[in-house]
Amino acid sequence: MLKILYFARLRDEVGCSKELLQWQDHFASVNDIKTLLNQRGEPWQQAFSDNILHAVNQHVVQSDHAITDGDEIAFFPPVTGG
Amino acid sequence: MLVLTLDQITIQTEDFNVAQEHQCLLQDAPNIGAIVTFTGLVKEFTKDDNTSLFLEHYSTMTEKVLADIIQQAKQRWPIINSRIIHRIGHLQLGEQIVFVGANSPHRSDAFAACEFIIDFLKTEAPFWKKEITSEGESWVDAKESDRKTRERWYNFIESG
Repeated sequence: MLKILYFARLRDEVGCSKELLQWQDHFASVNDIKTLLNQRGEPWQQAFSDNILHAVNQHVVQSDHAITDGDEIAFFPPVTGG
Repeated sequence: MLVLTLDQITIQTEDFNVAQEHQCLLQDAPNIGAIVTFTGLVKEFTKDDNTSLFLEHYSTMTEKVLADIIQQAKQRWPIINSRIIHRIGHLQLGEQIVFVGANSPHRSDAFAACEFIIDFLKTEAPFWKKEITSEGESWVDAKESDRKTRERWYNFIESG
């Protein structure tokens, strides 16, 4: 199982802050999750067409970062704190 | 000599007292020669007197990122202690939103470390601001200027 989190504008756009995704054996990297979410159509496609960052287990990574069953994957827009 | 490090990272909804934070940095270590602190305030993004902000963050990631930024600063400068406070939730114009403080034997190191920490906090720590005006709510966009401000540290590191 993967824990998927969405924050800020992205969460508002997809209308969901957290979901659990069943692990699939073909999952190799964050790219596979983005592809799967994009295949849902709108509003996912539009939300993911923006500049979106991704973190695996609380570390920002490139989209080709490898994932494994049990990971927490977060998607969010560029940060605006401070 | 054993130097006790008491770095502190706090995420809170309530306001903070800069004098208290300064006092903590003063008491922490015997061989400090300088304390530098930075306090960020809520400013208006659009011309609207009724502007307020709502701050959210990715709590489990925030502390990891801020701890990592402090470690990077400490590898670069002889900082003894540092403190970061970031507020979340609803904030009004002019309110204190973020505090960074560092102490060190020499002022130049404390100045540099403070600036490094806030520059990286602004571009790496997972906080997001939503602006609330009489017109409605909108998420604040990340600023290219903040990214460029951080980039100069990489140039500094490469040339230094």
